[in-house]
Amino acid sequence: MKPPRVVGMAIDWVEARTGAVAFLAPLLTHHVPRNAKWWYVFGSATLMFFTIQLVTGVCLATLYAPSAAEAWESLRYIDEEVPFGWMLRALHGWSSNAMVVMMAIHMLQVFLHASYKFPRELNWVTGVFLLFTVLALAFTGQVMRWDQDAYWGLGIGASIADRIPVIGNQVRGLLLGGPIIGGETLSRFFALHVFVLPGAALGLIGLHLALIMKNGISEMPKVGATVEPATYRAEYEQRMEKDGVPFYPDAAQRDMVFCGACLVLLVVLAAVYGPFGPGGQPDPTLIDTNPRPDYPFLWIFGAVSLLPPASETAVMLVAPLVGVLALVAVPFFANAGERAPSRRPGMVLIASLAVMAVAALTWEGKTSPWSPVMNAWSALPTPEHFLAGRTPLEVQGANVFQFAQCRNCHSLDGLGGERGPALDAIATRMTPDQLMRQIQQGDGNMPAFGRNLDSAQMTALVSFLSTLRPEFEAPAVIPGAQLPLPVQRMPGEVVTPVAVGSQ
Amino acid sequence: MSDRIQDPGAHSPARGGDEKPCVNCGCAERTAKQDARRGFMFRFGAVLLGVGGAIAAVPILGTLLAPARRQASAWVSLGSADAFPAGQTRFATFLSPIRQPTDGDAAKTACWVRCISPGKYQVFAVNCAHLGCPVRWFAQSRLFMCPCHGGAYYEDGSRAAGPPPRGLFEYPWKIDGGNLMIEAGHLPGMEQST
Repeated sequence: MKPPRVVGMAIDWVEARTGAVAFLAPLLTHHVPRNAKWWYVFGSATLMFFTIQLVTGVCLATLYAPSAAEAWESLRYIDEEVPFGWMLRALHGWSSNAMVVMMAIHMLQVFLHASYKFPRELNWVTGVFLLFTVLALAFTGQVMRWDQDAYWGLGIGASIADRIPVIGNQVRGLLLGGPIIGGETLSRFFALHVFVLPGAALGLIGLHLALIMKNGISEMPKVGATVEPATYRAEYEQRMEKDGVPFYPDAAQRDMVFCGACLVLLVVLAAVYGPFGPGGQPDPTLIDTNPRPDYPFLWIFGAVSLLPPASETAVMLVAPLVGVLALVAVPFFANAGERAPSRRPGMVLIASLAVMAVAALTWEGKTSPWSPVMNAWSALPTPEHFLAGRTPLEVQGANVFQFAQCRNCHSLDGLGGERGPALDAIATRMTPDQLMRQIQQGDGNMPAFGRNLDSAQMTALVSFLSTLRPEFEAPAVIPGAQLPLPVQRMPGEVVTPVAVGSQ
Repeated sequence: MSDRIQDPGAHSPARGGDEKPCVNCGCAERTAKQDARRGFMFRFGAVLLGVGGAIAAVPILGTLLAPARRQASAWVSLGSADAFPAGQTRFATFLSPIRQPTDGDAAKTACWVRCISPGKYQVFAVNCAHLGCPVRWFAQSRLFMCPCHGGAYYEDGSRAAGPPPRGLFEYPWKIDGGNLMIEAGHLPGMEQST
């Protein structure tokens, strides 16, 4: 069906005054490589999620009260009172995570295919800046929730800033907008989250897209098809003219299908799982809390927990700078030559290690085995079979074990903290003397209980721990000492507690 | 503008001192003197913008950078000193003495008060010296434990285990009219001595 003549006239009228068609037509008709198939949809999907963020973000800004006294209440109001408010927040939250994931996949594809080589170095650099802009949006967005995680997350950010030599205190003040985490902190992060960072992202996206138009979509890498900066551009244009296909509809159809599928998945996730938080109210005197960052930052949370304490200040302050510089430097370090992953094993190795490191640290951050289980001592009873047939002294030791909060860091039957080793079979590894020494003196990750428990408690505790071994396994012996015959304990048999010295 | 240049008879925009006076409108020819004046006007405008911008920058940078300055702390009461029995460590809360009207609940602050003996105290910030998470006191094992990365402290605030680089932050305290007062202000941080 041909559009009516008046439509054509209207288009002509606008075109004469704006040049919009002349500007937009090449965006649709420019040639892209014929072999640019499903590998190339991730950037478009990232842009789609960003658009969702802009629209839902503006809607949320009409409902949200960016004031430390009211923000948390206003989120509950959006979730519970505003029609579809919960869905709006769910879309914004899920789309935020989806955008970070999609951007990471896009970046990984570009890195593995070496699409950042000449002449697309600045495509990559604008992409790296976009990555950090989006991560900053994710962090400031977490602050918008203004719940306990937001409050203590800011505390962690402030503590890291505070470790900067000489000017740490000033940097922390600038970050928080004041000497404490308070009203001006939220206002400052609100300005960043809704004005500064989206504005920066829009500008960078415009630049990123303009560079894509200028430099063309890169072809699929092929072994032997090397990039020679002197001749690349002319040869690329020649190949596109001869063998390229128009962006619309050949490539655009795949972008549309993938973005459409992503959007449907997003809507389903948002509708089924709902919005993120808000968690507990942001009252810093409610210290019965277990702060965790949002998904995009769990790996950093994991990393700062696992770093050796001696190196952590240096790593926390220097690693981000090195990371940014390394990412920006990639296309300048290698901007010509082979693009095929099979000819760039070093780069493939780097990408694989990076993905595995982030995945492993995210898992560690999620499970955080280094965190004490703060209520294990009062919430998890001692499993009965560790008590059956024990002497009164040993049972008293079990009491000490429970009430001295040992369970917060040590598990029995897999229940309890994982900060220290599980103690189900500790008596096969440590003699009573070694146990006594360990408890009294501690080590880097265990407090010394020598001053905190009296000698009666200590004796009872050691006698209980000395019973913790599987029935048919021998107790630990001092290396080099004569091996005793394996002791088989019968149910109900009384075992004489090992005499231990106490101080 | 461009219409007039294309108009036959209008003067050519070519530069240089050898142009004829414009026959159409009698306007003066473009002289080196005029170019110099336009250049001067441009630079004059730039100076005006610079002066105006510098004045406007005072409130812009002033408000943005003001939080970098350290604000003074102030004495605040934790209530009667009798509420903290000797030999015990108790939880206490206070409103930050340097709070702003918009701080809401965030101005509430918690601390741990240890009464060593009557009249002798230690007041610890709840913020772990590692990354600032709130530590909790366990009276049975006489330890402070942090829920984030497993930092632990003895009852006197010194580091017991885990990643903290130092002991707990302490507030200066005094007894005033039977009340336990502490000097509190900005978030406790590394610039404090142990």
